[in-house]
Amino acid sequence: MRVADAIVKALEKEGVEVAFGIPGGAIMEVYDALYDSNIRHILARHEQGAVHMADGYARASGRVGIAFATSGPGATNTVTGIATAYMDSSPIIVFTGQVPRAMIGNDAFQEADITGITMPITKHNYLVTDEREILKIVKEAFHIASTGRPGPVLIDLPKDVTQAEIDFDYPERVEIRGYKPKIQGHPKQIKRAVELIMKSERPIILAGGGVRISNAHPEVLELAEKIPAFVVTTLMGKGAIPEEHPLCLGFIGMHGTKYGNLAVMDADLIIAVGCRFSDRTVGRFDEFAPNAKIIHIDIDPAEIGKNVRVDVPIVGDAKHVLREMIKLIEFKARKEWFDHVNELRRKYPLRYEFKEGVVKPQYVVEKVYEMFPDAIVTTEVGQNQMWAAQYFKVKYPRQFITSGGLGTMGFGFPAAIGAKVANPDKVVIDIAGDGSFLMNIQELATAVDYGINVVVCILNNAYLGMVRQWQELFYDKRYSATRLRYPEMSFEKIAKGFGAHGITVEKPSEVEDALKEAVEVDKPVVIDFHVEVEENVFPFVPPGRSLREVLG
Amino acid sequence: MKKFIAVLVENRPGVLARVSSLFRRRGFNIESLSVGTTERNDISRMTIVVDEDERTVEQVVKQLNKLIEVIKVSDVTDNSVHRELALVKVNAPPDKRGEIVEIANIFRARIVDVARDSFIVEITGDEEKINAFIDLMRQYGIKEVARTGVVSMARGSKVTSI
Ligand SMILES: Cc1ncc(C[n+]2csc(CCOP(=O)(O)OP(=O)(O)O)c2C)c(N)n1
Ligand SMILES: [Mg+2]
Repeated sequence: MRVADAIVKALEKEGVEVAFGIPGGAIMEVYDALYDSNIRHILARHEQGAVHMADGYARASGRVGIAFATSGPGATNTVTGIATAYMDSSPIIVFTGQVPRAMIGNDAFQEADITGITMPITKHNYLVTDEREILKIVKEAFHIASTGRPGPVLIDLPKDVTQAEIDFDYPERVEIRGYKPKIQGHPKQIKRAVELIMKSERPIILAGGGVRISNAHPEVLELAEKIPAFVVTTLMGKGAIPEEHPLCLGFIGMHGTKYGNLAVMDADLIIAVGCRFSDRTVGRFDEFAPNAKIIHIDIDPAEIGKNVRVDVPIVGDAKHVLREMIKLIEFKARKEWFDHVNELRRKYPLRYEFKEGVVKPQYVVEKVYEMFPDAIVTTEVGQNQMWAAQYFKVKYPRQFITSGGLGTMGFGFPAAIGAKVANPDKVVIDIAGDGSFLMNIQELATAVDYGINVVVCILNNAYLGMVRQWQELFYDKRYSATRLRYPEMSFEKIAKGFGAHGITVEKPSEVEDALKEAVEVDKPVVIDFHVEVEENVFPFVPPGRSLREVLG
Repeated sequence: MKKFIAVLVENRPGVLARVSSLFRRRGFNIESLSVGTTERNDISRMTIVVDEDERTVEQVVKQLNKLIEVIKVSDVTDNSVHRELALVKVNAPPDKRGEIVEIANIFRARIVDVARDSFIVEITGDEEKINAFIDLMRQYGIKEVARTGVVSMARGSKVTSI
């Protein structure tokens, strides 16, 4: 069998239903094989878009996302998408074409050393030099991408390899001696953690993206209720617990809730589950939760002790570890602490000022939440992302999809397309910025072409708003290169030009109707909300400061 | 704090690049790195010497372990044999030859090449010994030095193998 056909057959065996990509000379054999396959291929309009789609699909479904690109520029265009998936531990496999083996290293037409380029941003990558290894490599790629701490895997396919003939003998099992993720936590460490919890008077659970990955949300909730403990999340952890639950204090960090941040600083115990204590979450490392002992549960041993000191490390899968912990925990009322935190919550709610006749960006997100609480929400990056995170209260895991680690503008829209492909019956909304949306706007063509009806809500502030906010607060209002809009520009017209539907909203009274219209038309929709231009995101913990030094 | 780390890796092209890419990206300083085959032809062994604080060394070990092609990482700093080989090309005018040979003998080094006005001296030992020897050779004028980097192996029954 031709290697290209064998690859596609292997993907079918792995249960792949959809793939995203753009063909080109070096990967034409694979595309030729896809022609006869049941795998649905979505032709993106830029390889970065294709990879974000695969990533969005993976995050929304929990399955491995697949992307294809040709050699050279096709491959290099995938880089931002791969780095985005890497930082947020998203399982994708990217297949790239490569020049024929004999030409590698000769600077042949459209040759790029993509395995060299992506070495630091993939969990693992392969340059296939022997066609007899391809099936083993594909099998390994699925295993590596989706187990342990998931991440992107890239397989670089020289054209003559894809043309070669092999027997289709797809391995049933994988055995990689250098890769054995640890699932069960150490019983002694679990016991020590439970002792700390029982002693604690002011416990807080900090849930990260690892909770979603390990499907540990039922366990987080059970643990929280059994201790009982409040739960804060990281940005990536949103959805680890329903955010309207009385024990949930929202997400913490730079733009997290003030009550969540302050509660963490007052806690005497942090039970961190599947998070990596990034600077955006903990502020100043050495002043994070100064009076607290820290229990850190993570499947990646390298995350433990990387950024903050840890008292009880537990390496293992969050779901397994939490289950063991729950068995040993006994309920203990902590009234004083609960009163204190509830008081913080009452004193420092999320808020913004209403202004007559002006569309506030927060208001748009509030309306989106009110009207579509079950929608999958993706975000771009910047102020829009933070308002989405603050005002959209996530109900279930995999509902909120955002580029947390890399902060990639242009992620949200293609990710929404991927999420919609995984969940065709759900409303999928990209909360966007005007700057970010322009970075992958070409995917409107993809959405229209395949009838993938996502809704883009642009919080159009005519600025690279988050950068402008920093300029306002830290650079004496010197708005260097952050102004975006000019009068002739119309997202509505652009959308219509692509064959999508476009709506412009300039008054608060129009917001609700526009959203209603958006889910009624049978097309992808772009709503251009002209929002308050110089609105700032608060609360705001300035970079490098402790979570106590929160502005707003 | 100087640490000696033995790393067993898959004997495949690209593995060395992965390891050095990791050190560069994470900002770990490599003092020396040597790599060669082992008792098994599918496994190579690296000895990496780093001079970092304890926390960084811990990260080095953990990050190495995350590489798929890394099979085993062990700290072989203490209670181990550390050896390095150096070739030193030194000026050897007729009136100094005797002296140089004498010093070489004391260090159990060997003269492996004799030219009209220079020697190549081969010396093995731990780093300090080699440094000391090179320092002594400076007075004659060193033309070039090539060092292999350290290889280390734990003494006694402790083994780094699979
Ligand atoms: C690809 C990329 N380039 C640059 C940045 C830096 N950056 C962070 S937020 C931001 C502004 C985003 O503007 P917009 O999408 O309009 O969102 P807003 O903050 O106005 O809501 C920029 C330029 C980034 N995160 N990603
Ligand atoms: Mg903007």
